[in-house]
Amino acid sequence: MDSASAPPPPMPSEVPRGEDALHGERMVINMGPSHPSTHGVLRLVLTLDGEVVKAVQPHVGYLHRGMEKIAENMTYHQFIPYTDRLDYLAPLSNNVAYVLAVEKLMGITVPPRAQVIRVICCEIARISAHLLWLGTGALDLGAATVFFHTFRERETLYNIIESLTGTRLTTTYTRVGGLMNDLPAGWTGQVRSFVEAFPKALDELDALLTGNRIWMKRTQGIGRIGAAQAIGLGLTGPNLRGCGVAYDVRKTEPYSGYEAYEFEVPIGSEGDAYDRYLVRLAEMRQSSRILDQALRMLPEGPINIDDPKVILPKKDRVLTKMEELIEQFMIVTEGFKPPAGEIYHAIEAPKGELGFYLRSEGGKSPYRLKIRSPSFISLQAIETMAVGGLLSDLIAVVASLDPVMGEVDR
Amino acid sequence: MPLKGTPVKRAAHAGLLAATYLPSILKGMWITLRHIFRRKVTMQYPEETWKLPDNYRGLPALVRDDQARVKCVACFLCEYVCPPKAIHIEAQEIPTGVEKGPKVFDINMLRCIMCGYCEEVCPEQAIFLTKEYTTVGVNREEMIYHKDRLLEMGGIRPDPIKKWAHLTAEAGSGTHR
Ligand code: SF4
Ligand code: SF4
Repeated sequence: MDSASAPPPPMPSEVPRGEDALHGERMVINMGPSHPSTHGVLRLVLTLDGEVVKAVQPHVGYLHRGMEKIAENMTYHQFIPYTDRLDYLAPLSNNVAYVLAVEKLMGITVPPRAQVIRVICCEIARISAHLLWLGTGALDLGAATVFFHTFRERETLYNIIESLTGTRLTTTYTRVGGLMNDLPAGWTGQVRSFVEAFPKALDELDALLTGNRIWMKRTQGIGRIGAAQAIGLGLTGPNLRGCGVAYDVRKTEPYSGYEAYEFEVPIGSEGDAYDRYLVRLAEMRQSSRILDQALRMLPEGPINIDDPKVILPKKDRVLTKMEELIEQFMIVTEGFKPPAGEIYHAIEAPKGELGFYLRSEGGKSPYRLKIRSPSFISLQAIETMAVGGLLSDLIAVVASLDPVMGEVDR
Repeated sequence: MPLKGTPVKRAAHAGLLAATYLPSILKGMWITLRHIFRRKVTMQYPEETWKLPDNYRGLPALVRDDQARVKCVACFLCEYVCPPKAIHIEAQEIPTGVEKGPKVFDINMLRCIMCGYCEEVCPEQAIFLTKEYTTVGVNREEMIYHKDRLLEMGGIRPDPIKKWAHLTAEAGSGTHR
């Protein structure tokens, strides 16, 4: 058989008869790829025995854009906008992750001010991603009120992001060796007032859900996974910490100056959906703590490294001086050329460990770029978490894993 | 040193009264009620519209200088850098001292992702991202903005550095528009 007519991925195998024979026929149905509770184009092939889930098979690829291949055909600089479209709920932290990887390849360290701004960006991204998760996750389980509260808070953050980067979603804010622009006037004040108001809003969300009996019944003991299993599957981020494993890239391999901040790593104990909820909630508090510290320690100084081979010259000089004009053309068309070699760099993104593997052969484009996206790996755990549970609990499992298809499929 | 986590506190079941679900429901309603009296955060779009920051990245457009001359010199840098390849330029010779300008300058707004790279790399400050974010077309051709439309959107933009100011006199006959 030629490859064009290769068979589609197999459906779940024949249903074993036996103890379930009494229950009659099993049903194989598709949940997704367009289903409101799969948060994107995720297709789950379910084998059901009545209401009980007997097997789950995630099928991915509906949002595949070939990003890793695209990267091989453009300069390192041109790929930054593509990273916005990975986890599109936290584009700022993707931007940071990618440029940190390229900078590691080139042996660049950005000035302190840029490092602190990047930390602020990452934490804003984390809070806004977790808020969206909380709102939609609660909505999936029938708690519609929470959605409005989280979106109100998230809106404030998006306004902050908009005044920093000029857009709300596709931020493209970082540059290799620095940032797109310095903080606009009054921006830190905006963040400061958010940091002051946010814990109260969080208390309210806490009050709405944490001790709510309906919420507890829908999440406690649902989608359980043990620590060893979670590590075996490669889970990271809140999904791993929910099982009680204290692993956070910000602590274990600090980047961008994270070692200077004081914050806790919240962990769960049972590894169920409720724990993952509590962990994310607690993480938002920690993030707002980090934001507070970052605003205090934000130093003055340049935001870009001083390297005319990497950083575009200032506009007024491009317009008036020949050298800078030539530099501008050289950087844009020839890019910068990291030395041959390979590196892997990961950051703690809202969904878990987001890593970029880069291999350079000394040219202006990467020879290979591989993205380790946390959501893709989280999806593997669906089977472990959902089999044996009810169909309605599967919704809670998917919501608690917080996958984003933009980064699953790349 | 292994990393130490801070365990989160799980809420325990709160007895008989909680089992009726009433406390949870009332608490939720109380929070919702309190919000009725707070400042409204919604906006009555389209009667009210959003105030955009000055660095907003909307549709890109070409600008003219204070003498209404096209600033673009068709250097192709923006076409080169544009990540989704939305820009198409054809150059022509022009009779002013600038010598070169765009004959064709198309931006395919279906492809453009408003990344701002064109503005960032342009060595003539000839292309800018505007505050325009609503765009509509009934077919694909309409969404390819040609030079005239882009220039109309951009308008005149007097920048502090007037690179070609000395050409005013000698350009004489052929002010390129
Ligand atoms: S804004 Fe970006 S995508 Fe749009 S034309 Fe400019 S470079 Fe291309
Ligand atoms: S708009 Fe600017 S970058 Fe693009 S061709 Fe014209 S002068 Fe060059």
